[in-house]
Amino acid sequence: MIYEEVSSESRTRRTLTGAARVLSALRMDGPLVTALALTAAYGLVVLYSASAENLPMVLRTAMRLVLGTAAMLALARVSPNFLRRTSPWLYAIGVLLLLAVAVFGHTRLGAQRWLNLGPIRFQPSELMKIAVPMMCAWYLHERSLPPRWPNLLILGAIIMVPAALVAKEPDLGTAALIAAAGALVVFLGGLRVRVIVGMVLVGIAAAWFGLRFMHGYQRQRLLTFLNPQSDPLGAGYHIIQSQIAIGSGGVFGKGWMNGSQAQLDFLPERTTDFIFAVIGEEFGLLGLAVLLLLYAFIIGRALYLAVQTPDTFSRLLAGSVALTFFVYVFINAGMVTGLLPVVGVPLPLVSYGGSSVVTVLAGFGILMSLHAHRKLMGS
Amino acid sequence: MSPVRIKDHWREQRIFERRSLFAGAAMALLGLALVGRLYLLQVARHDYYSALSQENRVRTDPIPAARGLILDRNGEVIASNQPTFQLELIPDEVPDLRGSLRRLVKLGLLQADDIPELVRTIKSRRTFDNVPIRLHLSDDEVARFAVRRFEFPGIDITPEEARWYPEGSLAVDAMGYVGTISEKDLAHIDRAAYAGTAVIGKTGVESAFEKQLHGTNGFRQTLVDAQGRPVPKPGVFGKDLEMKAPKPGDDLILSLDLKIQKVAEAALSGREGAVVALDPNNGDVIALVSSPAFDPNLFARGITEKQYAALEGNPDRPLYDRALRGEYSSGSTIKPGLALGALTDGVIDPDKPVFCPGYYHLPGSRHIWHDANHEHHGETNLDLAIARSCDVYFYGVAHEMGIDRISEWLPLLGFGRPTGIDIGGEKPGLVPSRAWKEAHFANPANKVWFPGETVNLGIGQGYFLVTPLQLAHYASILASRGHIWQPRLVTGSRSPDTGKIKWLPPVYEGYLSNISADSWKRVIHGMVGATTYGPPLTGTAWSVMRGSVYTIAGKTGTDQVVNESVTGNLGEENGFSKIKKQYRDNAWFIAFAPAEAPRIAIAVIVEHAGFGSTGAAPVARKVMDAYLLGPDGKLLPAAPRGPYSEPTDLKPKAEPSLPPLPASKPPATQQVVDRAHPDPAAPPSAQ
Repeated sequence: MIYEEVSSESRTRRTLTGAARVLSALRMDGPLVTALALTAAYGLVVLYSASAENLPMVLRTAMRLVLGTAAMLALARVSPNFLRRTSPWLYAIGVLLLLAVAVFGHTRLGAQRWLNLGPIRFQPSELMKIAVPMMCAWYLHERSLPPRWPNLLILGAIIMVPAALVAKEPDLGTAALIAAAGALVVFLGGLRVRVIVGMVLVGIAAAWFGLRFMHGYQRQRLLTFLNPQSDPLGAGYHIIQSQIAIGSGGVFGKGWMNGSQAQLDFLPERTTDFIFAVIGEEFGLLGLAVLLLLYAFIIGRALYLAVQTPDTFSRLLAGSVALTFFVYVFINAGMVTGLLPVVGVPLPLVSYGGSSVVTVLAGFGILMSLHAHRKLMGS
Repeated sequence: MSPVRIKDHWREQRIFERRSLFAGAAMALLGLALVGRLYLLQVARHDYYSALSQENRVRTDPIPAARGLILDRNGEVIASNQPTFQLELIPDEVPDLRGSLRRLVKLGLLQADDIPELVRTIKSRRTFDNVPIRLHLSDDEVARFAVRRFEFPGIDITPEEARWYPEGSLAVDAMGYVGTISEKDLAHIDRAAYAGTAVIGKTGVESAFEKQLHGTNGFRQTLVDAQGRPVPKPGVFGKDLEMKAPKPGDDLILSLDLKIQKVAEAALSGREGAVVALDPNNGDVIALVSSPAFDPNLFARGITEKQYAALEGNPDRPLYDRALRGEYSSGSTIKPGLALGALTDGVIDPDKPVFCPGYYHLPGSRHIWHDANHEHHGETNLDLAIARSCDVYFYGVAHEMGIDRISEWLPLLGFGRPTGIDIGGEKPGLVPSRAWKEAHFANPANKVWFPGETVNLGIGQGYFLVTPLQLAHYASILASRGHIWQPRLVTGSRSPDTGKIKWLPPVYEGYLSNISADSWKRVIHGMVGATTYGPPLTGTAWSVMRGSVYTIAGKTGTDQVVNESVTGNLGEENGFSKIKKQYRDNAWFIAFAPAEAPRIAIAVIVEHAGFGSTGAAPVARKVMDAYLLGPDGKLLPAAPRGPYSEPTDLKPKAEPSLPPLPASKPPATQQVVDRAHPDPAAPPSAQ
């Protein structure tokens, strides 16, 4: 089936076929890779402006993209069976590393996230963003769907142990993303709607009671505990400035490198978590629409690929990669536009910052491996 | 255990597909919410956020307007602006703050005691802002710093405009002074209009004409980054930056004549007292002195607590404006005014002599009122009573008029109410009446008006209080034979742009038409007598005014500070100097000259100087001589006006008349033009 296109006559078709041949040899999905490449390129253009023409920073990001692409290519070649079998080990190693961070970890910027392995500083929490959904998919693959109560308890433990360890670092944003990645696997695995509704209700009730019977200062203390990095005033400043940036951009934007909010330093974290606002200011609603369409295409394509995979592990893991990507985008955009509270989640493929780009691309590598090897696996 | 291995692959595939669809739908909805949010921010509220973004990046710095100058009638400057130099420091650029400050102390530019406070101030400011560390450097200090400038990176001298009063304390009570804007000032000014302004008028002309002097501040917009630092190369962000030049305040022209002002201040020679000289033809203030004075530059340059405490604690009270706010008994200076009232009411016969035995007692009363110094004037008519200041005669005049007529009459001569001088801040004085006494005293026994209190009023003692300004105003009404002009200091304003002068018309308040020409003639004759009658029936001011080339109408007065029971009955010759200074009487003198066509009316008080003739009259003589006589000692021609005096055609053509007196007494004789005393209120051209 892979070679069916060869029979086409037109020269163009043949050229495309040549490209398709290379891509399939690499186990790559053409449309997805194209969309990822366009997004990353767009991100570099924006970063050049957001970093105030800081070329070394752009080059570092390009290097990380290359690194991420390498990881993607490598993972795409790995057989899904191997991925599945190594899932528990990867998970176990990840949890051990998180424990190691908790004990020996290196404190940077007030949070203990980093593990110094000789020359490499390593954030085990990034690994868990993939290891947790893999572990959940592996667990559900062995059992019949939809999951029952005992299964849910075990899945809960699988998700909460690493999430709690990361939250303690403290890195609430990443902990939430890890938990979301795992929970999305369980959701795709057919978690019953009444259970979902029940859990949401219990959660709301608990939060309501909790806040109801707390004094103001206790509530404040809780909020500070949940998000120690940014005091309300600081977060307030961030969000006000980012809304001013986006709003003042209008439909067409102020033009590349002409965003006064970004260029004159009013917008905090403008190369990292708040780069979405730079796009909004300099390229306007149109620029953001282009970015969101690219993201929508990536997510749709990933979900489409996931549906085509033959077995439960592949489907759940691939689906989780697609949905997690959406969660990244939505949390970041929601935070920057003031829809959601401020949590440190980068805009995938666009924000400056090492590990996130590599993790995201690695995830898509796994997704493409799962898709590309669908005929080679016995079901 | 259930057989876990049995899996329904088709069912699991369907579950996944359904969930994927559901997730897709949820993502689409959330995506729509996001797009909706973006629409709200970027389309619906775009203008709002654009404005906020503009506010963020543009800092508007005010440019203060230059304060208007104050000139006297000859164009001489009494309040100007002077560039002063201040030492400023940019914390970011100073490598060793404490070291630099210590070296400045060694250079004598800072006080060692001020260092901790300075360091605190510097630390509290943004590190890239200019912090003034020393104001108003002298030329010498500027030079000392300039040669060592290279040793002080981040510290520099910057020019600043400051108010400067070149004549120091001269005319300070008329001109007033500026000082740092206080909380109290902020309550009644437009803060936005004063952004960038350091000082505000506190008293006098500086305060009353603050609005004109202040001008309109401008502004300059600067592009700043999030830390508030100016962006050196604004480029594309600086396109729409604006600037508005400030509009300097108007220069004000005063009626004061600084030459005369100097003579008056010198004549007082630091004694506590006041001099007010008015032009009876238009109410212009020629000189206004309250002594001792103080240097307004102290306030303009930021007075230190120590300096202020010294001024406040000075027993001579230099900050107290005696001319406008000092309330004194008028003493005998009120006698001509009372005589006019009694003549108008017809209660005295001016030609009928009254025997003055040196004391007076009310019919039916045993109480005796003595003549000051226990003089015996013998047979005295009105003319002599004014000229020689016979108390006994005026005890009788007051008794004949009665308190009700006196309390109606004195306000017509400007007493008991502010004169309305254009700088404000004056005290109203007090004209007592039955109603006032009823309201003022708590004890029922004191609420009643006693006839003896009326007798006291005859010589200006008792409850009756006047300010030096009121007394000068009264002298000017006497001089102009009944024309009332509101005293004023500001005669015009000059636009700093065009140099064009806008003259303010003098304020005419009316004419005392009830007083007959004959009454004027008699009273003024008596006042001239006070300065011209030689021995044996000597006028009270004859010895001081003797030899004047122009005729002076004058009246002395003595304000008894304490009763004779305290001082003992000590005459001027036999022991005045033994009385403690604060118990000595205040000396008054009022005058106008030349008596037949007056150009100046004056009131002088010298506190604790004893009798008016010796204490105050010499001061008035010096001022009048300076104003009326040329260098050759001859009377100057009328209207010796400087280039900054307003043209005479501004005077009102129609003269409004005061309401006639209550007709309880025979109506006044009709107004007759006195050939001997031509109406001085008429424009000089008519003379």
